[in-house]
Amino acid sequence: MSFVGDVLAWFADPSHWQGAAGVPQLFVEHVGFTAASMGIATAVAVPLGLWLGHTGRGGVLAVQVSNIGRAVPTLAVLVILVLLPEPFGRSTTTALVAFTLFAIPPMLTNTYVGMREVDRDTVDAARGMGMTGAQVLLRVELPLATPLLMNGVRVAAVQVFATVSIAAIAAFGGLGRILTRATGGVGGTDLAELVAGALIIAVLAVVLDLLLAVASRAVDPVGRARARGRGGVPPAEVDAEEPAAVT
Amino acid sequence: MATLRLPVVAPAENCLVSNDWVCPLYLQTRGDQLVEATRDHLVLVLVSVLLGVLIAVPLAVLGHRVRRARSLTIGVTTVLYTIPSIALFFLIVPMLGLSAATVIAGLTLYTLTVLVRNLLVGLEGVDPEVRDAAVGMGYGRRRLRWQVEMPLALPSAMAGLRVATVSTVALATIGTVVGNGGLGNVISRGLQANFRAEVLAASVLCVVLAVVLDLLLLLLQRRLTPWRRTA
Repeated sequence: MSFVGDVLAWFADPSHWQGAAGVPQLFVEHVGFTAASMGIATAVAVPLGLWLGHTGRGGVLAVQVSNIGRAVPTLAVLVILVLLPEPFGRSTTTALVAFTLFAIPPMLTNTYVGMREVDRDTVDAARGMGMTGAQVLLRVELPLATPLLMNGVRVAAVQVFATVSIAAIAAFGGLGRILTRATGGVGGTDLAELVAGALIIAVLAVVLDLLLAVASRAVDPVGRARARGRGGVPPAEVDAEEPAAVT
Repeated sequence: MATLRLPVVAPAENCLVSNDWVCPLYLQTRGDQLVEATRDHLVLVLVSVLLGVLIAVPLAVLGHRVRRARSLTIGVTTVLYTIPSIALFFLIVPMLGLSAATVIAGLTLYTLTVLVRNLLVGLEGVDPEVRDAAVGMGYGRRRLRWQVEMPLALPSAMAGLRVATVSTVALATIGTVVGNGGLGNVISRGLQANFRAEVLAASVLCVVLAVVLDLLLLLLQRRLTPWRRTA
């Protein structure tokens, strides 16, 4: 199995872990792009989803945006933006806009659905107790919608992480560079580097997903209360949600 | 049209030269490339989804019967789903090479997540009283599964099939990294050549293909579940 040896040798080679093209630097770029676009997308999608869910308006839009997002290839959006004039083209703006565009649909849909699935009787009870609209939203609906909201964040983050990898095709930075470097070399395809790069990206994506799963549980107030033995609310059916999209 | 064959001496007065996003001349002169790429794309999608269904049905039936198989299948397919496509394709390359088979294998794996999950949700949603009634009427296990449970699971399964098909159409474009992305090949070629009309046409075709397949599956779903049409 000399091929496995080649891949291991790639990981052992210190030159792959140093400098501007080294894994740590590419990792920082990758995480930077992911975090920045997730920040923008969250600031847009979550308040919008909360408001649409609270008022019950725009439901078709909030749900359809995910279906549309699924049908549009990320590669197409990236390349179209790259071929647009300034401030697009091969710029940071292009990267951030493309990644943000793909992070918004899962978060918007999940937040909206999470809000709509809050038991209407609970909301009516809260209103009956004299809570204002804002209080109902923040103290009743938001805590109960948190599991689905966080599911949207998780799906979006994994998707953005994947899209950043793909962006290397259009000469952007991040860990995808390892892959384009391995296929675009003068001496043909470097299979060991290709597989090593793919392994790094795959493992990090799975780790990101797990970290966010843990974070979801940590910020879910209802789940936390149940873990402490308070509150008799039955567990929410998050399992039934289909995964939003793969990239 | 001699000027077309000699673009170097042609006057810079057409949409190819000015690199417009929409260019009828491009469709006229190179439409056949688009048709060919669309056909390749369709083959990638159809073969992957079909293989996905062939694998997902037995997995779901097994998962429905054996609790441990259920959590194992759901667990493995969910982890697969978080792996970015570009990484998954390259992880398959050592086995299947830079080929269409690599892309089909990757796409098939992705379809399993949604297909298995929705099949299971459908099977588990069958009313126990319906099952009891069928057993009472003398249905054996096999007939119960294929003539009662599967038809009742169809709406959920078809919803999963539609989601899987639409996302496979979009995802197949990434196959271009191993040289087999159907319309994705056209998009990346357009990127290399800075050719806007080519990129936009291929992108639009991708979305149209997804919408058309989705509608066809919706029609098929109506056909297969006539009892739901009035509901």
